[in-house]
Amino acid sequence: MTKLHNKAGALVGVAALCTALLAPVAVAQDDDDVFAEYREMMGDENPAIFTIEEGQELWETPMGPNNVSLEQCDLGLGAGVVDGALAQLPRYFEDAKAVQDVEARLLYCMETLQGRDVIDLLVKPYSSAGDQGTELEALVAFIADRSMDAVVNVPQGHPEEQKMYKKGEEIFFYRAGPHDFSCATCHSQTDKRIRLQALPNLTTNEGAGFAFTSWPGYRISEGFLRTMGWRMQSCGRQQRLPQFQTGSEAVIALETYMGVNAKGAVMAAPGLKR
Amino acid sequence: MAGKIRVRASLNGDTCEVKALMRHPMETGMRKDAQGNKIPAHFITEVEAKVGDRVVMQAHWGAAVSQNPFLGFEFSGAKAGDEVVVSYVDNKGETGEGSAKVK
Repeated sequence: MTKLHNKAGALVGVAALCTALLAPVAVAQDDDDVFAEYREMMGDENPAIFTIEEGQELWETPMGPNNVSLEQCDLGLGAGVVDGALAQLPRYFEDAKAVQDVEARLLYCMETLQGRDVIDLLVKPYSSAGDQGTELEALVAFIADRSMDAVVNVPQGHPEEQKMYKKGEEIFFYRAGPHDFSCATCHSQTDKRIRLQALPNLTTNEGAGFAFTSWPGYRISEGFLRTMGWRMQSCGRQQRLPQFQTGSEAVIALETYMGVNAKGAVMAAPGLKR
Repeated sequence: MAGKIRVRASLNGDTCEVKALMRHPMETGMRKDAQGNKIPAHFITEVEAKVGDRVVMQAHWGAAVSQNPFLGFEFSGAKAGDEVVVSYVDNKGETGEGSAKVK
């Protein structure tokens, strides 16, 4: 039984609370009335539930040459602790000697714990037309579901984590590509939108909080559960930058920048997105 | 492998409201993958809901229905504790099923 499912009973209360909580980011809601209607119609159902269940199965199934499951994977809160982990990632991991986000960490665990070669997962980390979800998407959905309602607290205690934030900030404002575009071009002003989609201002606590807590999400327009790593890759594509690799330093730096800015927000993923 | 359907059924007076969420790709047969190869059609053609032996809803579907379809409908004459079984058959002959007790 997933958390997403468990929340059903408290739906009315949650709905009322959401209205109050989301009032300051009204622009993010106003623009997608169609999807708000869709969400209302779906009630507490979300196709992400299937992905969460698949993720849990993958988490618990022994795999790879070592024939072990990922259950002993340390997501930052201790080996095997899943609850709330996503709200505190990316973070520095002593064993990997690196700051890792959830996707990088999962790949690391697959390699070190299970002894698997993750090259296939790196080549095709996210679904494209005709797919029914990837392993990485399912695992992230499962971890997100278990992190629902956790308070965002991306750590900045380790010098490497502070360095990562600085790097993220730098990339965020770095203009590049044929359109001379940076992340900040779209995401540093409040109440702006692209076509009909509201753009969160990621330099503010409110905007970063809204964005950070809403990924991964089930994208209605695509029929897939999309992860934060996919979102970063897709933003990079829209900027006409070279493709961000899953779990790469650039992605982790940007996530750290967003996550630290989002401190105190409450995890609400996986939800239903455009 | 049989597909999954999540079903919920709630009683409102004499009317039972059923909500069903199905796991299905619903490929139209008109799309191409990244390599330019056609993705073969794969979609649900028939949906049926039953309470015991009684068919309470039947639908003929086609390629226009979305991926992971969500179906809502109402029927009368149910009582609490009845089991509503929703099932589908797709164009490949694959089936899916899910059920829920009326609450």
